Amino acid sequence: MNNINNIKKIIVDKPLKLDCGKIINNFPIAYETYGTLNEKKDNAILIFHALTGDQFVSGVNPLTKKNGWWSYAVGPNKAIDTNKYFVICSNVIGGCMGSYGPTDIDLTTNKILGTTFPVVTINDMVNAQYNLLDFFNIDQLFCVAGGSMGGMQVLQFINNFPNKAKIAIPIACTASHSAQNIAFNELGRQSIMADANWLNGNYSNEKSNPDKGLSVARMAAHITYLSKKGLQEKFGRKLQKRDNLKFSFDADFQIESYLRHQGSVFVDRFDANSYLYITRAMDYFDLIKQHDGNLSKAFIQSKTRFFIISFTSDWLYPTSENKDIVIALNAIGADVGFVEIESDKGHDSFLLNVPEFLETLKNFINTSYSLN
Amino acid sequence: MKQEFNIISNLIEKNTRVLDVGCGDGVLMEFLKNNKKIDIRGIEISKNNVQLCVGKGLTVIEGNAEKDLTQFPDRSFDFVILSQTLQAFLNPEIVINELLRVGKKAIVTIPNFGFWKVRLHLLIKGTMPITKNLPDEWYNTPNLHMCTIKDFFNFCNTRKIKLDKALAFHNKKTSFIKNSNLNIKNLSAELGIFLIEK
Repeated sequence: MNNINNIKKIIVDKPLKLDCGKIINNFPIAYETYGTLNEKKDNAILIFHALTGDQFVSGVNPLTKKNGWWSYAVGPNKAIDTNKYFVICSNVIGGCMGSYGPTDIDLTTNKILGTTFPVVTINDMVNAQYNLLDFFNIDQLFCVAGGSMGGMQVLQFINNFPNKAKIAIPIACTASHSAQNIAFNELGRQSIMADANWLNGNYSNEKSNPDKGLSVARMAAHITYLSKKGLQEKFGRKLQKRDNLKFSFDADFQIESYLRHQGSVFVDRFDANSYLYITRAMDYFDLIKQHDGNLSKAFIQSKTRFFIISFTSDWLYPTSENKDIVIALNAIGADVGFVEIESDKGHDSFLLNVPEFLETLKNFINTSYSLN
Repeated sequence: MKQEFNIISNLIEKNTRVLDVGCGDGVLMEFLKNNKKIDIRGIEISKNNVQLCVGKGLTVIEGNAEKDLTQFPDRSFDFVILSQTLQAFLNPEIVINELLRVGKKAIVTIPNFGFWKVRLHLLIKGTMPITKNLPDEWYNTPNLHMCTIKDFFNFCNTRKIKLDKALAFHNKKTSFIKNSNLNIKNLSAELGIFLIEK
């Protein structure tokens, strides 16, 4: 992770009280922007990233040299058109792309925080990122958008700041992390913590790294982002650069090789402790419980126009859970649109080239902006 | 089509909340939005149509009127519109009940199966009628529960559903349907338009 000191940051001097009770201050939020804020300051879109995302939503990520994580959707003339809109995206706290997280140094001990970093929540992440509005001197955002954990942040944002965004687009997400979601996250965490190199989270100070554990966590999670049909069509039982089975535990099948590759490239760009913290934040997310079982109360003070999108083959954040948000909004007469997009690409659909999704996203954003 | 929209538009008061059930590609919603100052929403079963609506800047949710109207609270809309889709539901009675729960008033339009051309078609040809309003063959029609103006009129009366307005539409002309002229209108009108409330 070279160049991490060159990325854009704001230092938040306003103290932030976390849900765990701890107060943090003078902490960094790393961000990136695309496009230009217009004079009326009415074209700003705040994008929230998912579990393993970062602030580099479009263009080329300067650290990984790969395309930004939402390049299909964000950029010049894309669904979220950076010729027209000013896009802001920041790294969540707990992350490892420059915002305050477990890879930061504890100034009192001069050691890397590791698991002495406080447990953060989606609420904390959103409250921390809200400081960007002050920094850019934006009174009201045009739009908040995000998929998966990004969608959860969208919901929490509207809950916390009811009229700070004209439109909100939560995609492939949920208002309350399900037992199945928690179970998969726990699998990932246990994989990391079972790695002998994890050293109770202190690996960075000991020049060690739980690569294996993090890689297995990523492999398991990656399966949940795809669909059975998608996997079958892409890989089937195809063999990896061989004509016959080798009668060994080598990666005989292409799917094995693919997952191993996904795991190995992930460890180069992601911190294992960050993975623990962010999955924990997702598990703790329950906007329904925050309102004693009545999700509608989360949005009752908001005049925001919502559009909710789910995908047919997404079994991690299924349509039914997205629809629960629609139902809660309809119950209070909020302005909400909803569509389930047909796709075989599973939960990952929102990150991929799914033309109907991108077209719908583009149409909703542009027609809403023209209503301004 | 345009005439039917005009009639519906005239039945709706301004500054009201309106729900278009089975809004299709949003033509009626757009028409009403441009004609009246109203807050209009739609619910539509076809993904493709929902996407077309979004492109028109309309607020539409994808959903099945037979199941998904339950999410709307009682009397949360001033008007609920069901334009020429009642006959396509598995259980029209449940849908009507839901319309009257969700809306203070409902506007229901039905293609009239009692129209003389339809009757004549069946009488002379002996095959299921195909007309301008009913263009599909019996084996591929989405219409499961065809009814006549008289059927719907009687349906409302037996269920104590108040018929605020019952209109017959034919040849660009609209007229009132009453008890006294019911049989004639049932024969002469292509379309019935009803403003009902519970």
